[in-house]
Amino acid sequence: MGSYFIRRIGFIIITLILASIIIFSITQFLPGDVAQVILGQFATETAIANLREELGLNEPLHMQYLNWAGNFIQGDWGNSLVSRMPVRPIVTQRLVNSAMLAGLALLIYVPLGIVLGVIAALKRDRLPDQMITGVSMAFVGLPEFVSGLLLISFLAIGAGWFPANSSIDPDSTFFEALPFLVLPAITVSLTGLGYVARMTRSGTIDVLRSDYVRAAELKGLPGSQVLTRHVLRNSLLPTVTIVAMGIGWLLGGLIVTEAVYGYPGLGRLLVYGIQRQDLPIIQAGSMIVVAVYSLSNLAADIIYGMLNPRIRVD
Amino acid sequence: MSDNGAVLDVKNVTVTYETDKGPLHTVRNVSLKIAPGEIYGLVGESGSGKTTLARAVVRYLPANGKITSGSIKLSDTDLYQLPREEVRKIWGSRVTMVHQDPNASINPSMLIGDQIAEMARIHLGMNKKQARDRAIEMLTRVRMPDPESVAKRYAHQLSGGMLQRVLIATAMSTNPEFMIMDEPTTALDVTTEAVILDLIHELMADYNTAILFITHNLGVVARLCDKIGVLYAGEIMEEGSIDEVFKKRLHPYTRGLLGCVPRVDASKKDISLSSIPGYIPRPDDLPDGCIFAPRCELVEDACEKERPPLKEIAENHFSACRRVDQLQEKIERKDELREHHEEELGDIVLEARNIKKYFPFTPGIGSLFGSKKAELKAVDDISVRMRSSFTMGIVGESGCGKTTLARCIAGIEEATSGEIELQGKLLAYSVKKRPHDTLKKIQMVFQNPDASLNPQHPAGDSVARPLILLRDMSRKEVREKVKELFKAVSLPEDYIKRLPHELSGGEKQRVAIARAFAADPALMICDEPISSLDVSVQASLMNLLTELQDSAGTSYLFISHDLSAVRHISDWIAVVYLGRLWEIGSAEDVFIPPYHPYTEALLSAIPIPDPEVKQDRIRLKGSVPSPLNIPSGCRFHTRCPRKYGEICEKEEPPWQDMEDGHRICCHIPLEELRELQGDGLLKKSSAGGGS
Repeated sequence: MGSYFIRRIGFIIITLILASIIIFSITQFLPGDVAQVILGQFATETAIANLREELGLNEPLHMQYLNWAGNFIQGDWGNSLVSRMPVRPIVTQRLVNSAMLAGLALLIYVPLGIVLGVIAALKRDRLPDQMITGVSMAFVGLPEFVSGLLLISFLAIGAGWFPANSSIDPDSTFFEALPFLVLPAITVSLTGLGYVARMTRSGTIDVLRSDYVRAAELKGLPGSQVLTRHVLRNSLLPTVTIVAMGIGWLLGGLIVTEAVYGYPGLGRLLVYGIQRQDLPIIQAGSMIVVAVYSLSNLAADIIYGMLNPRIRVD
Repeated sequence: MSDNGAVLDVKNVTVTYETDKGPLHTVRNVSLKIAPGEIYGLVGESGSGKTTLARAVVRYLPANGKITSGSIKLSDTDLYQLPREEVRKIWGSRVTMVHQDPNASINPSMLIGDQIAEMARIHLGMNKKQARDRAIEMLTRVRMPDPESVAKRYAHQLSGGMLQRVLIATAMSTNPEFMIMDEPTTALDVTTEAVILDLIHELMADYNTAILFITHNLGVVARLCDKIGVLYAGEIMEEGSIDEVFKKRLHPYTRGLLGCVPRVDASKKDISLSSIPGYIPRPDDLPDGCIFAPRCELVEDACEKERPPLKEIAENHFSACRRVDQLQEKIERKDELREHHEEELGDIVLEARNIKKYFPFTPGIGSLFGSKKAELKAVDDISVRMRSSFTMGIVGESGCGKTTLARCIAGIEEATSGEIELQGKLLAYSVKKRPHDTLKKIQMVFQNPDASLNPQHPAGDSVARPLILLRDMSRKEVREKVKELFKAVSLPEDYIKRLPHELSGGEKQRVAIARAFAADPALMICDEPISSLDVSVQASLMNLLTELQDSAGTSYLFISHDLSAVRHISDWIAVVYLGRLWEIGSAEDVFIPPYHPYTEALLSAIPIPDPEVKQDRIRLKGSVPSPLNIPSGCRFHTRCPRKYGEICEKEEPPWQDMEDGHRICCHIPLEELRELQGDGLLKKSSAGGGS
């Protein structure tokens, strides 16, 4: 396990380096000159030239990359070109917000999706399965701005149970933020639930068909023990992968949901950065999303290894 | 116990599946009894209803399957009437099952010991600790080496033979009255199969379990069982004691099945195998009269009018044939003798010299930085030479390198070193670098025709491809040639348009053979081409290959783990173990002592369908060592039953030559081997087998 872990960490470092090169290169190709963007349309030629010099924009590209990467590792993520504030507190603040939303959403849709998926598999092709499969597919297909607005109009405006706007205070703790998190979490759960339920269903059906489940039944084990001891551990393997992929999506890809609720998450920050060509924000935000993706996949592989002795590597 | 002392008493059971096309009566009117300690062998081709019957007996049918009539008694319990919940309590405690594929039947993510212990926990009311001890005790009983550590391992860390022991240990751990073994040795190597059969035999002396042993292998039945029932299309055709049934064979189907099995004392030069024409009928398309009539050679008009019942012919010997009297007159096995061809030595087709194939193997973090290179020596210095119209059989346990060798010759795998010469021309290692005109000269037939035929292409298209690609034929020529090839492999012309899923396993393999012959090859590599097929289909394919060889002069490299098939079809046999050749010689010579101790072990493991043959019990310990860690000196010394002395561990053995090119690689002098091995297997079998 030790050497496997080291190898995986090594791969993650390589991934991050490659990602940083790609992110850096892409931000270089964004239209417009950075100095021009900062100083605005009416800046003088000299002012622009001075700022370029100051920002190191006249150096060769690879030097610029190394400078940027070196500073990034040391925790200096640069200043926002728009607000002139340091980027790091902004990005970490948004990361915490996104993590709170992601955490609540995962708590909702993973257990629910697994339970529904297993029920669907056990009642395959019968009514419960058809209902679960049909409804969950409908939710996956429902755009988030539709489901979000419906939830707002019924649960927030209609019933008044939850606030309609989720633009929380920057300093609020998880429990303070909780009422604001519920609706956005439900909105993303509707999508996530479908994926988890489908994956669990097909994984469970495969395992239910396997010879070792047949053997376990013929051992005379009660149905509940066949399920818990022999089926679930093997059938949840694909689910682990889909959940890990979901974590990356929850942290960096919830642009629509965050916009509908006005929730200050990482996704919206990235969109905001791109709209204003705020390069340091884009770079730092993207790097964080890549890192979260890599780490959640590592976590998934470790869980996978714990569930499945066949791929455990010594 | 029921009144007649039988543990299992099945009477007139009919099993029906509800399908879209209406009810299918898959098993009809079957009765059987098994006494305590008795092993009942149930044989038949695939589709005969063996597994359905076994599952019906333990009430484990799929949702659309139902027992529609009859009675099933397990000692005093009426299994047929028992409510579902009660049946579950009987599973595992009074009835247990050992399944076909040990690899798939054990939960991959649960410790072996826990899986055995489950039985004791649930059925014997033991606590965790007691159950764990019980599991280790059971592993010891099935002679598992190092049971304590095996209990703490997972399925993927054990070999197939060890896993089958685990399944047997599990099944025996509640000391059940009745046990079903469904093809328990089919997935194993012949050497492992022999060891497992011995184990079952020994265990039966301690336990008094009644066993229903399902298999398609008549040799296994002859070696292990007390009684045999021959099932055909859902009905029992013949039933009786092993000795009676194998000696008298009072049903044409039994005779047919036995005739299909190649003999260890004759080859294609002497006999052609008898095969059963036609196919087993589907349960919704049964003939009116005797269900075997359409395939029977003794058929007469009356057979097709009325279905004959299963009648007691002699004491406890039943047959469902009307013409038993005629059968009783002709008891001798009849083999169709073949004319001996005057043998001329053909031209040399293939000369493979010192072929080596090493796979680089780097574990762990090394793969990232390219350090710590280890090598998996799959083929380690093998040379073979083949002439035209000649068959070289390659035998050995799985993992011995026989398939890798074949793939290197075909160029699918690039050899690490050595020379491959085809008709005097040196070939590149990789098939991609070989010139166009040599490609057609080597063709392959694979084990699994399902995987080697494109499911979207009609059979004719598959056969046409090599004609277009390798022989540049015009469209019209291709059409003619495809017809000709289908005729050559005895498939009707309208099969040209059929898709693979519309063909049976044997028919698909015929298409694959036709495709290989379409290229007009000089050398055909057959990698276990008949292993997954029924005996009757195996026999007809071997006859087909022999005929095609006679007419086309093609050479075959025939790989198989089935020694009797290799013996039948091969001119020469090469015995391979751990990437090396240990014995090579004509098929006749290799089967007569002196032979290499490894060959001897392989031969003594062959299940021979004749209970009168008493084979020496030469068994190999353990499984093939890893090719990553090849033993010093003679590679076979760790398992050799005739280990000579320290020299075996230290020095590589020399080649010893005998007459007619028969060679053995062993430290033991030939004279001594001859003395140790006596008359060998062949003499005894011809004494008992007739002909």
